[in-house]
Amino acid sequence: MMVKVRTKPRREPDILLDIRNLKVEATVYSPGEKPRDVTIVDGVSLLLKRGKVLGLIGESGAGKSTIGLSSMGYGRGGVRITGGEVFLNGRDILKGGVRDLRRVRGSEVCYVAQSAAAAFNPALRLMDQVVEAALLHGVGAKAEAEKRAVALFTKLRLPDPKSIGCRYPHQVSGGQLQRVMTAMALCSEPDLIVFDEPTTALDVTTQIDVLAAIKDAIRDTGVAALYITHDLAVVAQVSDEIMVLRDGKMVEHGETQQIIKAPRMDYTKALVSVRSIEHEEKGPTPKPLLSVEHVTAAYGGGAVKVLQDVSVNVQPGQTLAVVGESGSGKSTLARAITGLLPPVAGSITFADRTLTPKLADRSKDDLRQLQMIYQMADVALNPRQTVRTIIGRPLEFYFGMRGKERDARVTELLDEIEMSKGFIDRYPAELSGGQKQRVCIARALAAKPKLIICDEVTSALDPLVADGILKLLLRLQKIEDVAYLFISHDLATVKAIADSIAVIYRGEVVRYGSKTQVLTPPFDAYTDLLLSSVPEMEVGWLEHAIHGRRMESAGN
Amino acid sequence: MGSPVLTLIAQRVALGILLLFAVSVLIFAGTQILPGDVAQSILGQDATPEAVANLRQELGLNDPAYARYFHWLGGVLTGDLGSTLTTRQEIAKTLMPRLWNTLFLAFWAAIVAVPLAIVLGLLAVRYRNGWVDKLISGLALASTSLPEFFIGYLLILSFAVTQQWLPAISTVYDGMPFFDKLKAIVLPATALVLVVLAHMMRMTRAAILNVMQSAYIETAELKGLSASAVIRKHALPNAVAPIINVVMLNLAFLIVGVVVVEVIFVYPGMGQYLVDHVVKRDVPVVQAVGLVFAAIYIGLNIVADVAAILANPRLRHPK
Repeated sequence: MMVKVRTKPRREPDILLDIRNLKVEATVYSPGEKPRDVTIVDGVSLLLKRGKVLGLIGESGAGKSTIGLSSMGYGRGGVRITGGEVFLNGRDILKGGVRDLRRVRGSEVCYVAQSAAAAFNPALRLMDQVVEAALLHGVGAKAEAEKRAVALFTKLRLPDPKSIGCRYPHQVSGGQLQRVMTAMALCSEPDLIVFDEPTTALDVTTQIDVLAAIKDAIRDTGVAALYITHDLAVVAQVSDEIMVLRDGKMVEHGETQQIIKAPRMDYTKALVSVRSIEHEEKGPTPKPLLSVEHVTAAYGGGAVKVLQDVSVNVQPGQTLAVVGESGSGKSTLARAITGLLPPVAGSITFADRTLTPKLADRSKDDLRQLQMIYQMADVALNPRQTVRTIIGRPLEFYFGMRGKERDARVTELLDEIEMSKGFIDRYPAELSGGQKQRVCIARALAAKPKLIICDEVTSALDPLVADGILKLLLRLQKIEDVAYLFISHDLATVKAIADSIAVIYRGEVVRYGSKTQVLTPPFDAYTDLLLSSVPEMEVGWLEHAIHGRRMESAGN
Repeated sequence: MGSPVLTLIAQRVALGILLLFAVSVLIFAGTQILPGDVAQSILGQDATPEAVANLRQELGLNDPAYARYFHWLGGVLTGDLGSTLTTRQEIAKTLMPRLWNTLFLAFWAAIVAVPLAIVLGLLAVRYRNGWVDKLISGLALASTSLPEFFIGYLLILSFAVTQQWLPAISTVYDGMPFFDKLKAIVLPATALVLVVLAHMMRMTRAAILNVMQSAYIETAELKGLSASAVIRKHALPNAVAPIINVVMLNLAFLIVGVVVVEVIFVYPGMGQYLVDHVVKRDVPVVQAVGLVFAAIYIGLNIVADVAAILANPRLRHPK
């Protein structure tokens, strides 16, 4: 009953997708206010030829995903397509009913989501999910679809292509899952695939593999694609054309080469030149502020060793960057230093005194001088406290400030993080992502610390916002003479802020020294892999990088 | 089936047995602090103190509490639940037919209630926030808000008094023909179904709606699956664990919580048996029934735990 004969009207052979004047709206229900309609996408038009790849780029909230999903007639979470036309294979898919849309979804257009780990049903085997759409839309019998799936697994360079389909999603790594999802999209032989940030959640060293696999698959199957990302360097590798979006409107549209080499609009120029912070490396000082010596840390009562014999120093008023991929032990190092996870062996010296391994045994002054900023500013702020309470709390706790004195200092700190006094009575929900991270920085600074541990503080932010945060951190370092232990997986960020760098791989420091030393060849194999995996804004970089690799990444 | 699953299941079963022993202590202690003296109540107000003392001796009531507990526990473990104080009958013999009657009633109530609740829950999700959903939720809420004795008398009034289709008193006896038995329990079973339906239905709805927020539901929708196929194939398998839990809780209620309904319909089940003997202060019977109820309750909860473990693919298929 489910099997239907596939009919794809092809009136204009060349044009696959023709979106005209798209308008998408959603109703916002904010507490204490009347529900109001906001426009998410406003008058965007685009044209996609068969077999071509169009990159959609912009910051979060630019409407990229919404446009991508509109090509399937889908509005995520109560979003409504209120205007415009979406011609797919020559007919307006918005004109038909739900039934007609269901015939398009999974058959003519398929979708690859950002987090494959969340997008796969945990209760079903991979193969059943991969061939589901193909069977539903009658693209061949089950055996045939499964054979095609195995062929796709092979093409996408998945290990064990014959049997990987028998596994459940949790039995496969993130990078592999992302490739299985691409195979799932290709399995029903669609005309168009919407890739929605398919590599954003992956480590750089894994991203490059997935990116190359996706690119080959697009080339070999001749499928057209909308490739959505916030990373211009990534999209430059796979797309023929790029459209830059901002606040639901188109900013610029052109050939890939033109957008990255000769952008016309100011906003595009800003995106292209992001991460061009010049930071002069500071020289060594006589005495380190923080000295981590031969620290070994483990979870599960010593069963799982996460850090092995790690020794690094942080100089006063300088930045040590700790780089590595997820699971390498970066954050565990932070937990060991702060005392949240007492090390199994080794010692930590801070400002001429040895820190006790356990957080509970440390003096108030130790706590004050060592502050932390986290990746998720959202969850690091109490949603029921105002900015005044959040920043005022360390002032009360460490310095006993009250009333006017405290408020005056909070205003000063707000000024330092480039936010006006008007924010003092706002709740976190009323701040943007970048502003929340700034409040976290102010809260850390309020304690007048000597060292701030920054754990992936810019990873969850859009590139331009992240840039602002990095510049702020550098400026604050000059004013307050505070040292940073900067944990990141992103080498571009690290290059912008570090004075010295420690590269960490599977719990061990594989390379450590001043920024120039670490970034000057000859490299060890892992640092080489890490450096060569960072996408560069250069057409053809991907092929070049894949070709020149010396080792496979650890966690794909 | 990997070893972590077996370990987890073994843990659950062991914990259940431990719990049952703890409950047996509580039941025993509870019946000891009940007011009144058994010997006195058997012999009546006019009995001489010597007669009461003799009976106490005979019944072993003068032994210390722990000795009586272990004596009782030893009996229970060998299948001897003791004998009733009042009529000197073996409890195990009088209790078994009652237990079967209660299980019979609970079985038929469950056969109707569980599938009905799940189907109604699925329908409510399929047409969520529409009139179908609101109608189902409203009726279920109404039926669960009425106390069970009220539902019982309402059913008797409508189907046994006004329309004399069904008997008002659910008498069953040994050797009664099967269909007559079924006819006799239609009203009490209906009352039970109405009591447990809403809880299971609402939990099914909530559990599935919770899963419907997941990213993989969007993936399924973007494959072009119909709304009901998305719910059936992608949402339901991930909502199984909470649904099983609430189903088991209600099954336990059908067996353990039937006291009121059995009394209303004068149904010869465990509930009625318990009430009769509480009135007579027949402590060994109260202990035995309490222990059987506890065993059933704990047993069903173990089943729910094990089913939830088995429903989790991460545990069934370790890395």
